[in-house]
Amino acid sequence: MSSEKEPLFSSKNLKLLTTPLGAQNPITVQVLGICSALAVTAKLEPSIVMSLSVVFVLVFSNLIISLLRNTIPSRIRIIVQLTVVASLVILVDQILKAFAYEVSKQLSVFVGLIITNCIIMGRLEAFALGNKPWPSVLDGFGNAAGYGIILVIVGFVRELFGTGNLTLPGIGEIQVIPDVMYEWGYVDNGLMILPPMALITVGIIIWVQRSRNKDLIDVS
Amino acid sequence: MDRQGNKYTFLYASVMVIVVATVLAFISEALTPIQKKNEEEAKMIDILRSVNIESTTADVAEKYNKYIGDKVFIVNYEGERQETDAQTAFNIDLSKEVRKPLSDRQYPVYECHLDEGEIKYILPVRGKGLWGPIWGYIALNEDKNTIYGTTFDHKGETPGLGAEIANQAFQQQFVGKSIFNEGGELVSIDVVKGGAPDDAPHGVDAISGGTITSQGVENMLMDYFSGYEAFLKK
Repeated sequence: MSSEKEPLFSSKNLKLLTTPLGAQNPITVQVLGICSALAVTAKLEPSIVMSLSVVFVLVFSNLIISLLRNTIPSRIRIIVQLTVVASLVILVDQILKAFAYEVSKQLSVFVGLIITNCIIMGRLEAFALGNKPWPSVLDGFGNAAGYGIILVIVGFVRELFGTGNLTLPGIGEIQVIPDVMYEWGYVDNGLMILPPMALITVGIIIWVQRSRNKDLIDVS
Repeated sequence: MDRQGNKYTFLYASVMVIVVATVLAFISEALTPIQKKNEEEAKMIDILRSVNIESTTADVAEKYNKYIGDKVFIVNYEGERQETDAQTAFNIDLSKEVRKPLSDRQYPVYECHLDEGEIKYILPVRGKGLWGPIWGYIALNEDKNTIYGTTFDHKGETPGLGAEIANQAFQQQFVGKSIFNEGGELVSIDVVKGGAPDDAPHGVDAISGGTITSQGVENMLMDYFSGYEAFLKK
């Protein structure tokens, strides 16, 4: 242990938090967790709830695995990680069913599928197993937030252009596109609600991001 | 102890499983009452929707008590009213009943008194869609023949196709249709592929692209109306 204590938000720690939002974004750069990004983003509300659930699961699983990292027998480490993640996911599922029943009906199987979200196992294996609890928490939060941002953007675009409304948790549906527009002949694009448009929206985000940050372009 | 040895590994796994199981069991026990209340409220919202009363989780209990309250009872296949209290009738699990033969099932009836003093009979129905169960509530007028309102829901029909049965547009079609023909015979409601004529007394339009789900709705209605037939003819 070094005698001087590292500040909680040192530049090194802050980097853990911010790089996954942009240059190391799990969805657009590492292309992980795509499946759930397609499935839950037809509306804004489930996208937000899904993001919060992943933040919760990833922060706590990173923390728990990091705390246990020196005790976990390496031969069963994947099983231990899965057990921790699965328990947290069940917890989230139970809490949603109790306190956000409508949303839990919409998310249905996808909450359960957080277990298989590659981002979570990826971070546990790559980061939490080899780092101290606090950096692991930051790393978990950063990666989950990076995932969440993309989900919210995609959910926003799809719901807005697909239905003309936006649904927010706790508030409900808000009509964004005014009736006047419809009288002028504007029509909602029903295709936006279907899964392929999520892929195309993510594709456009990736395109924009890479054209602005040339380092991300993979030349191989 | 050797951290990579078999003994340690077994011990670690066992302790972990016990800890995790205890925590999850405890949480599940603690949250079950709240979850059950949510499910009941969701059911009440569905029931009230079939008589065109919109409610939210905040006011559903009040509205349900006002319009239906304890006027819930069970009839059997012969149409005889059974001796049970309203709560038992409300709690009848259709997912179990639907597996029994028609004559053994218990049939709950919700009697709803609207503001104008009209009486509606709400019958729960349940059947099979393409991917899983579909269910709904059918509100009949006092003549026990004309449909006053319906609501349908599903577990996981295809969004945009079969899932459209949960939409107002599909459900509104049933309003005013009758389930008995002029001779008093049960004909139920046909869900017609390609569209039913506007003035068809016993037919509604199926959903394009949702043929199997539409067929499921038709079968479900026929199945349950046959079960309720004796009660409806009384």
